[in-house]
Amino acid sequence: MYSLQEGAMRNIFASRTGIITVGSVIGILATLLQTFGNPPNMGICVACFERDIAGALGLHRAGVVQFIRPEIIGFVIGSFLIALFTGEYKPRGGSSTVIRFFLGIFAMIGALVFLGCPWRALLRLAGGDGNAILGLLGLIAGIAIGVAFLKNGYSLGRTQANRNASGWIFPAFMLALFLMLVFNVSFSEEHALFFSAKGPGSMHANIWISLVFGLVIGALAQRTRFCTMGSFRDVMLAWDFHLISGVGALLVIAFLMNLILGQFNAGFEGQPVAHTDHLWNFLGMLLAGLAFALAGGCPGRQLFLAGEGDADSGVFALGMITGAGVAHNFAMASTPKGVGGFGPAAVIIGIVFCLMIGFTMREKFTV
Amino acid sequence: MDGKVVDARGLSCPQPVVLTQKALKEEITPFNVLVNSEVSKENVLRIVNKFKMQSEVKEEGEDFIITVSR
Repeated sequence: MYSLQEGAMRNIFASRTGIITVGSVIGILATLLQTFGNPPNMGICVACFERDIAGALGLHRAGVVQFIRPEIIGFVIGSFLIALFTGEYKPRGGSSTVIRFFLGIFAMIGALVFLGCPWRALLRLAGGDGNAILGLLGLIAGIAIGVAFLKNGYSLGRTQANRNASGWIFPAFMLALFLMLVFNVSFSEEHALFFSAKGPGSMHANIWISLVFGLVIGALAQRTRFCTMGSFRDVMLAWDFHLISGVGALLVIAFLMNLILGQFNAGFEGQPVAHTDHLWNFLGMLLAGLAFALAGGCPGRQLFLAGEGDADSGVFALGMITGAGVAHNFAMASTPKGVGGFGPAAVIIGIVFCLMIGFTMREKFTV
Repeated sequence: MDGKVVDARGLSCPQPVVLTQKALKEEITPFNVLVNSEVSKENVLRIVNKFKMQSEVKEEGEDFIITVSR
């Protein structure tokens, strides 16, 4: 038996100081990744990078966004390794799997309409991109809707402990992707892997730097339970400012780093890999935020959980990768010129889907 | 086990906190919260602390039994 104080000591990273430190470290590493070659205001973007991986695999054929991003791989494997080391690796799954897959698809669609996940929204803001304000407002609105569902008994059901294989399959898949990248696997001109010759997909840091930074962030984020969606959700749900202190640290430190590195450029027009359609920046992120809230984690957190052996989060991540393929193949993804042809309609459909899930997946928990 | 039980085992974040919060608001102390992950335990302890209540944690196999009282 022990007090909260002692409990916190067992995992110092889960303390307020721990998460603020980690948020700051992520802010530094993310801005450095941009300096080292990642696209502007995109040192880290879980949605964009999963979309790039989808492109490399040929799940879509948008030539400017195809690359196997080692950051994503590092997130999963870094989390996997630290979870193994601390005894938190627990293969588990079976909680409304197919629903989570589709939540992942729609989360990606929403993110690609805005052109960023919550991590990137923060980095864009830290880089001076005013359009990120609309995105963050939309994110908060979407999460607020999710909070309302949560307060009314929304649940995707209990997860169950699984056998070992279901836990390491996703980290192994990530490792396989990295090996394919390192060995430059390519079957032919018309076959995978595809790598962008120009555009954001061609802008990347040295893959080993990306991998190592990803591993470090993966480990630190797993330890601190870092979650950008959860940070806003906890404020609304329980007036709890623990997670958001880490997110705030990320934002502030990233902003300072951008100033130091000359990466800060304030404005709305002409921002890198961004568009100024305020309405759809807002609604795209509303969809993404709602989907993340219903799935229990932001896209980064889903990767860290997948590394811990959570097969349901693995399925959500696979849904996001699939959703990237869908988004580009069906003209839903935005470009710096504006929204895609089918983007707005897809966002509306996605919001309707999420609302349906929120209303129908309810359980009465009695004490 | 005395008192009411909130069985939050296997529920993903933030369900354990939502259920604990409900129980805290209904003022049915003492009650027990069952979780089976480190993360859920940390989160439940944090909200119990926020409500300025006492907590005791017992480990039973894979599960944590958190007893919440005034």
